[in-house]
Amino acid sequence: MSDRENFSVSRREVMAGGAATAAATAIPPAQARAQQPPDTVPTMPVAFQVNGKQVKLDVDTRTTLLDTLREHLKLTGTKKGCDHGQCGACTVMVNGVRVNSCLSLAVMHEGDEVTTIEGLGQPDNLHPMQAAFVKHDGYQCGYCTPGQICSAVSVLEEIGKGIPSHVTEDLTGPMRATRDEMRERMSGNICRCGAYSNISDAMSEVAEG
Amino acid sequence: MRAFTYERAGDPAGAAKAVAATKGAKFIAGGTNLLDLMKLEIEAPTHLVDVQDLGLDKIEDTDEGGLRIGTLVSNTTLSAHPRVRQDYAVLTRAIQAGASGQLRNKATTGGNLLQRTRCPYFYDPNMPCNKRRPGSGCAAINGASRQLGVIGTSDKCIATYPGDMAVAMRLLDAVVETVKPGGDTRAIRIADFHRLWGDTPHIETVLEPGEMITAVTLPRPLGGKHVYHKVRDRRSYAFALVSVAAVIQPDGTGRVAFGGMAPRPWRVEAADALLPRGAKAVIERAFADARPTPDNAFKIPLAERTLAGVIAEARS
Ligand SMILES: Cc1cc2nc3c(=O)[nH]c(=O)nc-3n(C[C@H](O)[C@H](O)[C@H](O)COP(=O)(O)OP(=O)(O)OC[C@H]3O[C@@H](n4cnc5c(N)ncnc54)[C@H](O)[C@@H]3O)c2cc1C
Ligand code: SF4
Ligand code: FES
Ligand code: FES
Repeated sequence: MSDRENFSVSRREVMAGGAATAAATAIPPAQARAQQPPDTVPTMPVAFQVNGKQVKLDVDTRTTLLDTLREHLKLTGTKKGCDHGQCGACTVMVNGVRVNSCLSLAVMHEGDEVTTIEGLGQPDNLHPMQAAFVKHDGYQCGYCTPGQICSAVSVLEEIGKGIPSHVTEDLTGPMRATRDEMRERMSGNICRCGAYSNISDAMSEVAEG
Repeated sequence: MRAFTYERAGDPAGAAKAVAATKGAKFIAGGTNLLDLMKLEIEAPTHLVDVQDLGLDKIEDTDEGGLRIGTLVSNTTLSAHPRVRQDYAVLTRAIQAGASGQLRNKATTGGNLLQRTRCPYFYDPNMPCNKRRPGSGCAAINGASRQLGVIGTSDKCIATYPGDMAVAMRLLDAVVETVKPGGDTRAIRIADFHRLWGDTPHIETVLEPGEMITAVTLPRPLGGKHVYHKVRDRRSYAFALVSVAAVIQPDGTGRVAFGGMAPRPWRVEAADALLPRGAKAVIERAFADARPTPDNAFKIPLAERTLAGVIAEARS
C-alpha cells in the first residue's frame, strides 16, 4: 500500500460516511476488507475525558487518539501532519503532559484526561499563550499552530517542574526559561512556514509573564 | 494497519503469559515505535498486551547503592530524577539528546531499549531487507549507507541500533531484569542484551518469546565527569550519526561507549584502558575490526574528533 492511496480513499470515506468510517484513516480499505470481513474487525469501548467532558466510544482498536479526536469527536483543532511522530502537529496534553496523539491508540487512554487546543482556550477566552501567538504573529498558514501552542504551554510547565533539556548546562541547578531552552524544547514541533522566531517571541512574553 | 485485539495485563507474569499464548502477540508500552511501524505494516501484531497498569513505573534505590528503574518509567521522568541528574548525569544527557519532548514523555525504559533500527530500507516495504523479510536480501549494503553501521555488522545486515539512552546504560554496565511466561525471572547484562546481526538480523535481542522487561538496574555510581556528545544532521530531534558517552575520572582514566556505529551500543573495555593516551589510541582499539562502507567511513574519524571533544570537556 502507498500512503497516498491510503489517504485519498480514507478522505473520501470520511467525507461520505462521517464518523462511522473515520477509523479507516490508516487502513488500506480494499486490502483490509479482503483479509478481514468488517464484522470481525475488533472494536472496543473506551471512556475518557476530553476538555473536561466525559466521552464514551466504541472504536476499532486501530484508531489513534488523533483520529478519535478529529473524526469521532469532531475536535478538528488538533492537526495531522505526518502521522508518525515527526512533526508535532498532533500535540495534545494527556494527564497534564504533552504527547503526540498520532502515536497513541484511543484504547490506551481509558480513564485519562485529554486537553486539546479547544480546551486550552476559546476565541472569547484565549489562553495567554494563544493570545501571545496572535499578538506576535506566531504562525503563517496556522496548520502547525494548535500543536505549537499545546507544546509551548507544556514547555513552560516542564521548565517550571525542573525537567532538564539537552541545552541545560547545570543539571542540578535551577531551570530558566531562556530562548535557547525554549528553542531546544520546541524542536518536536515543525513549522513549514518558518514562524519560529515569532513563536519564540510569543513564548518569551508568556514566560516573562 | 492490520487489525488486532487488545488487552491490558494486570501483572508482569500474566502479561508475559498473554504474549506467549497468542501467536503474533506483542507488548505495547509507550507505543511510539511500535505504532509507527504498525502503520507501515512493518510490524503486524495480531494482539497487543498493554503493560501500562503493571505498577512498574518507579525508580528505587537498590541495596547495593545503585538504582532500579521500572520498565514503564518514561524517558522524561528518568532524565529528571534527582539521583540520575546527580550520580548518573551521562544518562540524563543521553536521554535528553534523543527524540522530542512529546516523545520522551511517552517513551518508556523497556520500549526505548527495544526500539528498532532506522535503516531507511527497513522502513521502505518495497525494498529487500533481511531484517524485515528474512532472506530477501539487504538493500543497504550496495545502497545509501551513510547512516548505517561500521562495526559488528554482517553481510546480511549493516544497520545500527539507533538509540541514545542505551549507550549511557552500556557505559554504566546496567542490567536488564525480565520475567518469562512461566514466571521465572532473570538478569541480563546490557552488554549481552542486543545481539550482533550475524545471519539472523531479524532477531535483535536475547529476549525469548513472551519474555518481558520489568526493570533496568544501575550499579553504584562511578563518580567522575559525565559527558554525552551526539553528532547529527540537525542540532535537535534527529538520530545520531555518531554519539559518544563517557565517564572520565580526574586522573584521565575512565570508560567510553559509542552510539550510531553498530548493532548495539559499542564499548570495548580494552579501549577504555587507553583513555589516558587520548582519542586516537581509543578509537584505533575500539574500531580495529571496523568494516565501514565508502558512504560511512567518515564515522570513524568523526568518532575520534567527537571523543577528543569529550575528553577536552571532561578536563575543563
Ligand atoms: C520522530 C522520532 C524521533 C526519535 N528520535 C530518537 C532519538 O533521537 N534517539 C532515541 O534514542 N530514540 C528516538 N526515537 C525513538 C523513541 O525513543 C522510541 O520510540 C521509544 O523509546 C520507544 O519506547 P515506547 O515505550 O514508546 O515503546 P513501544 O513502541 O511501546 O515498544 C517498542 C518495542 O518494545 C516492546 N516492549 C515495550 N515494552 C516492553 C517490555 N516491558 N518488555 C518487552 N517488550 C517490550 C514492544 O513490543 C515493541 O516491540 C524517536 C522516535 C520518533 C518517532
Ligand atoms: S541494513 Fe539491515 S535493516 Fe537495512 S536493509 Fe539491510 S538488512 Fe534491512
Ligand atoms: S501528526 Fe503526530 S507528530 Fe506529526
Ligand atoms: S504556520 Fe504554517 S506550518 Fe507553521
